[in-house]
Amino acid sequence: MSGPKGETLSGWGRAPVVPGHEVRSEELALIADGRPLSRGLGRSYGDSSLPAPRDLEVVSTVLADRMLSFDAASGVLRAEAGLSLDDIYRLFLPRGWFVPVTPGTKFVTLGGMVAADVHGKNHHKFGCFGAHVTELKLRVADGRVVTCSPTIERDLFRATIGGMGLTGHILEVAFKMVPVPSPWIWQESERMPNIEAFVAGLKAASADWPMTAGWIDCLSRGRNMGRGILLKGRWATAAEAPARPPRPKRRFTIPFDFPQFVLGPLSIRAFNTLFYWKHIPRVRRAIVHPESTFYPLDMLWHWNRMYGRRGLTQHQCVLPNEAGAGAARRFLEVLVARGGASFLCVIKDCGPEGVGMLSFPRPGISIALDIAVRKDTPALIDALNECVIKEGGRIYLAKDAFTRAEHFRAMEPRLEAFQRVRRIWDPDGKLRSAQSVRLFGDHP
Amino acid sequence: MRKVVVLGATKGMGRAVARRLTERGDALFLLGHEADDLNASARDLEVRGGRGAGSIGTATCDLERPEGFAAALEAADAALGGFDTVVVTAGLFATQDRLEAEPDFARRLLTADFANTVVFCEEARRRLLAHGGGTLCVFSSVAGERGRKPVVLYGAAKAGLTHYLEGIDHKFHDMGLRVICVKPGFVRTGMTAGLPVPPFAGEPDGVARDVVRAIDRGRPVVYAPAIWRWIMLVIRMLPRFVMRKIGF
Repeated sequence: MSGPKGETLSGWGRAPVVPGHEVRSEELALIADGRPLSRGLGRSYGDSSLPAPRDLEVVSTVLADRMLSFDAASGVLRAEAGLSLDDIYRLFLPRGWFVPVTPGTKFVTLGGMVAADVHGKNHHKFGCFGAHVTELKLRVADGRVVTCSPTIERDLFRATIGGMGLTGHILEVAFKMVPVPSPWIWQESERMPNIEAFVAGLKAASADWPMTAGWIDCLSRGRNMGRGILLKGRWATAAEAPARPPRPKRRFTIPFDFPQFVLGPLSIRAFNTLFYWKHIPRVRRAIVHPESTFYPLDMLWHWNRMYGRRGLTQHQCVLPNEAGAGAARRFLEVLVARGGASFLCVIKDCGPEGVGMLSFPRPGISIALDIAVRKDTPALIDALNECVIKEGGRIYLAKDAFTRAEHFRAMEPRLEAFQRVRRIWDPDGKLRSAQSVRLFGDHP
Repeated sequence: MRKVVVLGATKGMGRAVARRLTERGDALFLLGHEADDLNASARDLEVRGGRGAGSIGTATCDLERPEGFAAALEAADAALGGFDTVVVTAGLFATQDRLEAEPDFARRLLTADFANTVVFCEEARRRLLAHGGGTLCVFSSVAGERGRKPVVLYGAAKAGLTHYLEGIDHKFHDMGLRVICVKPGFVRTGMTAGLPVPPFAGEPDGVARDVVRAIDRGRPVVYAPAIWRWIMLVIRMLPRFVMRKIGF
């Protein structure tokens, strides 16, 4: 069932674009047979969900999206891997339930959330999504369907959480939802004058607030470097919340690829300055819509087109607490010195490491930068990664497209243990992605 | 609240239609040819609709075994306490190349998609009319609009089905029967996986939205996505010598 000629696949960043075809069916276990990788809604930025060179076909999970059971006593939802977070949000939030951990878009599948072991604004309190997974059903390389959990086949479970889909095709996911007092968010936002204040503000807020994150103006320099807006949130109580349910937000479509100057340094500088100074007074408090809190960019359909035909990449790293309070400034200095302008720069403090063998977060400060792809992008990513290595940090695979294999190995002493578990379940190396060939040394 | 029987709710557009119906509170009963698959879909619809486990009933019903149709609809009737709407999305599909290469499968497809579907509709129609009328919503296809190279056999079966549906609409409309003939264009489901995706391809949920609206309004013909009405208008008007030349 090879795909029509000329078909290509790419991640959300639309760089790289590779020849490839998605095989779609409701019967996931069937189409997974003999294929090297599964892919959900394709929201990883780089090449995590793309076929390795010469593989061409990947399994699309999106038609396998049935909810198999929900137990209101324990909160456990069991579903097929292609179920989208959008469906869970739409159907469960009005009933007072939500996922314990959500990434910054709801257009992801459960399988993708497990494979990337996603984190959210509440990482310092709730950890990654994998911490709430009670059971997984996988189709491993030899065709067997294996159930794993924190107690059954524990190594396979730990390698699959955050394992980028490389341990097997995820067929079913069971995880614990959390009850919420209302569907609305109580949010406090505060202007931060520089990176030192920002990092201190995040740490201080993390004790009292279940959700924290911030936006940084990454073009500001010197005394103002790292200024931005810190957001702190919690679920509004039933008494605080409006009586009406939050109405679905209107969606705007970016109709075509914007020319490159639209997200050039000049426009970014103008936007950043405006965004920073329109936050008057210094501290604001309000009840806000859950979509505005969790999924602000989901309102712009195809927003990746704003970055033009050459696409975008994201660089997200975590700088560990051991690197000291100055690490975030040193990192931003590399960015500014290189003239790297980023429209969206998000900062967040991470809590303890979770169960996933290769999961991204660890205690420290995470910084995520959206970067329009240009000729000098690989050099910029190299420079950022060299700084991350120096500070003892690491990067998030779900965002990456440009990291060098030697840089990745220098950041990831955990890779070897992960590969050992993979080889037990897939001795012939049948499962792979473009990313695992690029970074893990898998054979194409 | 409608009481709806769906044949073909486990996959594709039928799955999407059933979800829209359960999410707004309609009562459902599912028919399909594989018991485990039916159960998984029933549980899915219960969770989505916020209903108790086991509240959506199922019965096996294979479009290739017409002798089971009456019993399946009887089971639905008993479980729902009488139904007022029947949705049929089930059917076989294969490319024209495969149907030409495998005459046995071609015969099966022609039988299932035309003769047996009509037999099922007749049984459903009789039951609906016995209760004073109701809605019969059946998925035909734009493939039945005109004889075309890529869908000669499949299109012939669907053309027959479309004619039958128009006929019973005329004959039984005054007796309270509402017939909805759905003509999907290219929709990205498991059925069309692997085929080249043309412009104006639709998604199952978009089709489901249009179909549920048509059921509520009793519109006799639905093209989904809607633009296929105009595409097919053009196709129907093309002269024969052009149709012989093009591959569409």
